[in-house]
Amino acid sequence: MSTTAPHARRVRGKGAGLGLLAWLLGIAFFLPIAWMALTSFHSETDAATNPPSFAAALTLDGYREFFGAGGGASPWPALINSTVASVASTLLVLLLAFPAAYALSINRVRKWTDVLFFFLSTKMLPAVAGLLPIYLFAKNAGMLDNIWLLVILYTSMNLPIAVWMMQSFLAEIPVAVIEAAKVDGARLPTILARVVAPISLPGMAATALICFIFSWNELLFARVLTGVVAETAPVFLTGFITSQGLFLAKVCAASLVISLPVLAAGFAAQDKLVQGLSLGAVK
Amino acid sequence: MTATTTAPAASPEIRNPVRRPSARLRAWATRAPLLPALIFMIVVTQLPFVATLVISFFDWNSLYPDARHFTGLDNYQEVLTDPDLRHSVGTTVLLTVAVVLASLVLGLVLALLLDRRFRGRGIVRTLLIAPFLVVPVAAALLWKHVLYNPEYGLFNGLLHYVGGPQPDWISSTPLLAVEASLVWQWTPFMMLILLAGLQSRDHEQIEAARVDGASDWQIFVHLTLPHLRRYLELGALLGSIYIVQNFDAVFTITSGGLGTANLPYTVYQSFYQAHENGLASAAGVLVVIGSIVIATFALRVVSSLFREEVSRA
Repeated sequence: MSTTAPHARRVRGKGAGLGLLAWLLGIAFFLPIAWMALTSFHSETDAATNPPSFAAALTLDGYREFFGAGGGASPWPALINSTVASVASTLLVLLLAFPAAYALSINRVRKWTDVLFFFLSTKMLPAVAGLLPIYLFAKNAGMLDNIWLLVILYTSMNLPIAVWMMQSFLAEIPVAVIEAAKVDGARLPTILARVVAPISLPGMAATALICFIFSWNELLFARVLTGVVAETAPVFLTGFITSQGLFLAKVCAASLVISLPVLAAGFAAQDKLVQGLSLGAVK
Repeated sequence: MTATTTAPAASPEIRNPVRRPSARLRAWATRAPLLPALIFMIVVTQLPFVATLVISFFDWNSLYPDARHFTGLDNYQEVLTDPDLRHSVGTTVLLTVAVVLASLVLGLVLALLLDRRFRGRGIVRTLLIAPFLVVPVAAALLWKHVLYNPEYGLFNGLLHYVGGPQPDWISSTPLLAVEASLVWQWTPFMMLILLAGLQSRDHEQIEAARVDGASDWQIFVHLTLPHLRRYLELGALLGSIYIVQNFDAVFTITSGGLGTANLPYTVYQSFYQAHENGLASAAGVLVVIGSIVIATFALRVVSSLFREEVSRA
């Protein structure tokens, strides 16, 4: 007893030290975001001071400015475009990925691993590799500045991830459960609706969130292929690239408001985020 | 089972016409759910790339469409000999390697810290994930205006209190400025993957080693690190795939100026601003070749993890 107690205390002491270090690093990483949030509630003059003013009065002016009160462009069309592009492409991804995942995990096609790796390989083709032909096609087809073109491109961007993720979720369903349903006389639609769908619902939700995040964040395609009408939120943000000091609070408010859906979705799916981002290879 | 395997050999003429269509039909019924996704991917990703490849062999400026003609490999030669473009190849390599390595090391440290139990671990984890969840353009704007600004940025504001110098971060160390913002965004990604790796360790093995008198350091070097190896590879390779293609940070923080233009930015610029379709396509094809090199390794790593998964199932 007398020999183990100091040892335990030492171990606990070290553990507390490392816990403190983790806290410090966590705060350091979060500091820029916290500072951005604080600045967004300052007036423009308080925001642009050196040294920084920590105790300046709080105001919603930055947010009012962002939403167009000062006569600037309203962000609403861009926010609506981003919502349409992200939600529509996510739905389309799920619609295409679910049957594909079924064919790659439950009722398997021959050489299913090769097919799976084909999907992954398309993810490794850089976006710039096809950008110019897509631009020329859109221009000739009169589809420039059209949000539905982005929906199609975002679908192709996220479909490989979704197929991989859903394949790994569906593969976890025990074959015996499906066999039992078949023995009970259930046909494919019933099996899908009553057995496969309920089990894979959490996985589908996680897949949907990740596709939503990637679509919401996308800049390159949106920047090249949209203009006035179909401008998305990240493209709207690029309007602040050269803005100087006068609009610091507005820049912060804009960045936070536009990041909010992603922050919410990401925090909600923290655990599934890893699995999705590593294409199901890490669980 | 035995009936279907032996019967065709016994009487192929009679059996085959009946059996074949149904087998083929069944194969198509199995394939059918896969086809929409497969065809969609081929049309939307592979066809444009083939078009890029074709355009790369043409001298084609979209401002002078009538002067378009076939030039063979001239565009590639020009891309490879143009000092600006060659420089952007170097920038891409430097940016990718620096960001991946730095975020991997930082991510490992954070994952090891978070793998231990301590008060408020969930909160710290959430704080650490946040940078990855800020929209990339917003994150780049945050670094450009809110942190780096020489007059009222947070960095110089804090330096003011310790009486340090007040550098203009972006113009004095432009590439480092872009890299730092990307390391901040990508460290959480590495941490998440490595944390998943740490949590899949065999704890009995570690306990056994501890009972045998192994130190924390010995356990880390001989058990944890070998176990993490493939997770480190996976993080590095997936990170590389995304960072090699980075456009948002370069575009936002420096607009490709001050020697920070990487290949994706250069491709964007050469067709969007200079209207050089042929040159842009050739540069795009070179980006793809570079990506294929990384992808070959990436696919190997993912497939080794994946095979293990399949054999375990």
